[in-house]
Amino acid sequence: MITLDRVTRIFNSRDGDRITALEDVSLSIRANEFVTLVGPSGCGKSTLLRIVAGLILPTAGTASIGGVAITEPRSETGIVFQAPTLLPWASVMDNVLFPLRMMHRMDSTSTDKAAALLKLVGLAGFEGKSPRELSGGMQQRVAICRALVHEPDILLMDEPFGALDALTREEMTMELLRIWGERPKTVLFVTHSITEAVVLADRVVVISPRPGRIAEIIDVKSPRPRSFHVEGNAEFHEASRRIRALIFGQKHVDTGCAAA
Amino acid sequence: MSIQAAPPLEKRRKAPSAAIYEVVVPLFATAAGFLVWEAICQVFSVPAYLVPAPSEILKDTLAIGPTVLGHSLATLKTVLLGFVVSIAISLPLAVLLTASPAIASALYPFLVWTQSIPKVALAPILVVVLGSNELPRIVITVLVAFFPLVISSATGLMSVPPELIELSRACRASKWSELWRIRLPYAIPFIFAGLKVAISLAVVGAVVAEFVNADSGLGFLIVTSTAFFKVPVAFGALIILSVMGVVLFQIVVIVERVFFPWSTGNATTGM
Repeated sequence: MITLDRVTRIFNSRDGDRITALEDVSLSIRANEFVTLVGPSGCGKSTLLRIVAGLILPTAGTASIGGVAITEPRSETGIVFQAPTLLPWASVMDNVLFPLRMMHRMDSTSTDKAAALLKLVGLAGFEGKSPRELSGGMQQRVAICRALVHEPDILLMDEPFGALDALTREEMTMELLRIWGERPKTVLFVTHSITEAVVLADRVVVISPRPGRIAEIIDVKSPRPRSFHVEGNAEFHEASRRIRALIFGQKHVDTGCAAA
Repeated sequence: MSIQAAPPLEKRRKAPSAAIYEVVVPLFATAAGFLVWEAICQVFSVPAYLVPAPSEILKDTLAIGPTVLGHSLATLKTVLLGFVVSIAISLPLAVLLTASPAIASALYPFLVWTQSIPKVALAPILVVVLGSNELPRIVITVLVAFFPLVISSATGLMSVPPELIELSRACRASKWSELWRIRLPYAIPFIFAGLKVAISLAVVGAVVAEFVNADSGLGFLIVTSTAFFKVPVAFGALIILSVMGVVLFQIVVIVERVFFPWSTGNATTGM
């Protein structure tokens, strides 16, 4: 479905330096696959996500969806950012409908669709509320509804739960798996949390920084539906250990394990 | 039933105390201030040509009531026209300034230049250039009032979270709908902060213009009445000007509260 072929992205910084955010990244994602991108800050995960979104173009190499090169944002892609970024002047319902309005795709079924999505994330009855009456977790649920309202086949998520507290974060992770189970789509999910990456993903793409390259792609074979109980699994442990080793280097992980 | 009845009661109990602090206390404080002023003038027999007592101000001003009303309306007209023209210039200018760094760099010197010229010095020159009519007064009012509005509106337009701009691009929105549906609404609290400054400055600008060139208006009334040592009338004009300033300011505040209720609680401006 999504194919990246030797994608390189170079940014020109203000002082004239050339910063290679991504180098020679090749990745192919199947339809309805859940892929997480994990790596340290500044490793180019978000750049990769924005290339798939069509918000920025690769400097070299090609990115394509369904064989068509990505040259601009496409309407069948939904995006969720770290901050909910809801419009403070609009109601929850209007916030969810926002992409349809911007794309001039409002019709008689739009409101019903939005209401069904809000029900799906447990916010039925909140349609008329203002975003600031909602908690951080609820706002992010609204943002997820907003990303799904135009029925995209690809969902891009840039650390969507990064700003939430640990408990809400686990709850939202489970919620996302449930939504994805009910409405399968191709998901590309950027995160800092190794646990989150492994619990969610079919495959975890580990990215090494400066320049951003794919260090390894790890298959997670734990059966679905999953929950945080898989944290006890040998499979889960093996995947997490491998990712930690790739990110921090072998030595650090060994001492960490000895201490634990 | 009792649960449903509870919230309105709560609200009703809160409302009067808020009204007391917002209306009654300031009114009483103002009245007390005037009383103290009156008492000092009476006790120390301050001559009216130095500092007139409030009672004398009221008496002398009311004596030429219709004339004062005409002057007040003339000033109000200049203030409002100047304010409206300021808005009509400032908002498009703010959009232009934020459209591209090149346009901003080209326009900023002119903006700063208009601000660095003393308007009092400019006023007589404008009268020569534009003629002795309403036009130079409005131009001066605009020159005094528009700058803070441009700056705060431009700041507001730039304050939109970058993710929201990315979202609008991801929705394939045009630059126009990005401006109309995201940037402008986001800038509303900033625009109103600028409007509050602009309306106060518009009153200042109108009076400056009337000092230099006018045959009516409160500024004109102050100049002519002090020339004839009718100090109580000048004080009367001054009080009317300050009341006009406060009322216009409050109208802006109320417009914001009524039409953009989400704006007032949204930081930066709350008054």
